Amino acid sequence: MLEVTGLRVNYGGIQAVRGITFHIAEGEMVALIGANGAGKTSTLRALARQLDAAGGSVRYRGKEISALPPHALVTEGIALVPEGRGVFPRMTVVENLLMGAYSRGRDPAIADDIARVYGFFPRLSERAQQLAGTLSGGEQQMLAIGRALMSRPGLLLLDEPSMGLAPIMVQKIFEVIRAVAASGMTILLVEQNARLALATSQRGYVLESGEITLTGEAAELLANPGVRAAYLGE
Amino acid sequence: MQRLLASLRRDRRAAMIASLVLGVVLAVLPFVVGGALGNSWLRVLDFALLYIMLALGLNIVVGFAGLLDLGYIAFYAVGAYLYALLASPHFGLHLPVWLIIPAGAVLAGIFGVLLGAPTLRLRGDYLAIVTLGFGEIIRIFLNNLNAPVNITNGPQGISGIDPIRMGGISLARPIDFLGITVPSLHAYYYLFLALALLIVFVSIRLEDSRIGRAWVAIREDEIAAKACGINTRNIKLLAFAMGASFGGVAGGLFAGFQAFVSPESFSLMESVMVLCMVVLGGMGHIPGVILGGILLTVLPEFFRHSAGPLQVTLFGKVLLDPEALRMLLFGLALIAVMLYRPAGLWPSGTRRRELGSDAA
Repeated sequence: MLEVTGLRVNYGGIQAVRGITFHIAEGEMVALIGANGAGKTSTLRALARQLDAAGGSVRYRGKEISALPPHALVTEGIALVPEGRGVFPRMTVVENLLMGAYSRGRDPAIADDIARVYGFFPRLSERAQQLAGTLSGGEQQMLAIGRALMSRPGLLLLDEPSMGLAPIMVQKIFEVIRAVAASGMTILLVEQNARLALATSQRGYVLESGEITLTGEAAELLANPGVRAAYLGE
Repeated sequence: MQRLLASLRRDRRAAMIASLVLGVVLAVLPFVVGGALGNSWLRVLDFALLYIMLALGLNIVVGFAGLLDLGYIAFYAVGAYLYALLASPHFGLHLPVWLIIPAGAVLAGIFGVLLGAPTLRLRGDYLAIVTLGFGEIIRIFLNNLNAPVNITNGPQGISGIDPIRMGGISLARPIDFLGITVPSLHAYYYLFLALALLIVFVSIRLEDSRIGRAWVAIREDEIAAKACGINTRNIKLLAFAMGASFGGVAGGLFAGFQAFVSPESFSLMESVMVLCMVVLGGMGHIPGVILGGILLTVLPEFFRHSAGPLQVTLFGKVLLDPEALRMLLFGLALIAVMLYRPAGLWPSGTRRRELGSDAA
């Protein structure tokens, strides 16, 4: 579904991503793990076109998307949940969800999709009329994921969903991510919490200094002594 | 359900009565003000309407889209000079107003895009500096475009501008209407009121629209707005263009009303004043912005007229120069509002909840 070939991203003079190649199949959940500064978020931002790639190709459903403007990706079917959540703080929860469906115009099915998001996150329906800025960090993360789902994406890009959240909230968020994946959504998960990311995904890629050093089934990676030593703290 | 419908019907009737009362008040206001306070206050009223249009235009850029613009008065200048050049003895052109005012809106809109295009990546203070520079560039151009070819007549400005004429009737002279004599200042009042109402209507419709929601999304979080599929470049340019076009309309009316324009009327202080109206009234909240426009036009005039006489009655002589006192009081009032009502005098419900400046 998504094929990334030789992707490079530069920050000023520094090469943050040095020509990585990976792919995601339809319905699959893939984790991209690595230490701080390994280039995970740069990769995701380049995919979502929030950053210009320095080279390489990104094909989504066979179409080259590496030169499209960011807003056009949503119409193609790619939705990003930005790092640090990025909800609209002065809009209510419902208004945030409606913004997620912005590209769909006046689609009558939007109401059903809001109900579906509430199904995943009952907490959001309780807070429907509350300003997003007054939600807890975990609730904001739920809202950010819910909003991304509102565009009916084919591929969901999740950037560090566990960042800055209490462990119990992280568990909750990941339960929902699993539920979303189980509903058939294709997901690319970028996550520092490698254990959780691999436990949730089918496959994984390990990113080190801008290069992919290891790849395989999530279970294999979890069992790999190198991964265990470097990322699971064993 | 039945109770809901009943309350809705009651509300609609209440709304109708309220708008009827407001309509009558607005219709007789110039006669009351002119009769009780004289023509100078009537002029203040006319200017208040022009400033409301400006404040609503700037509100689109600053209030809705969150783009801090310190050079907004440039668009007012563009509208005013377009009118002055196309309807005055300066070039010997006397084009009709129904052509010039829309042309002013369009030209100001184009200037809005010209300002917006190079500043798309800027926000906050950086954007403020560039827009401030833009406003000054326009003013300095107007000041210096009298050589080698005299276009703007430089610092002397353009005088003898045609008054606004509608259907062959000049608004500069009293008009007989159904046996009532409508003096010139009253006639301008009704024209400005009509256009101000039109701009209020357009603002309300924009706020409620898909575009309005996209503006707010950009103001709140630009990256998230892009991730929602909003073409942030076009939507930002549209904010600059729409806001500028309101300023262009107000500028054209100003030129026809004053019969004189010069670069002096479009100084940085004017931009700051309009921004104050927006911020003080309640950024992004249309009724608040209108209130800000009225207060900041009327209050300084009030101080100007009352500061001198009040000192004479209190102390027997004028101790402080009324002009200096006016700015002092004005500054104090601004500080007081920002301290005690940081969301503005009449903020929207959302802003009020967020900043907690009110127990609502």
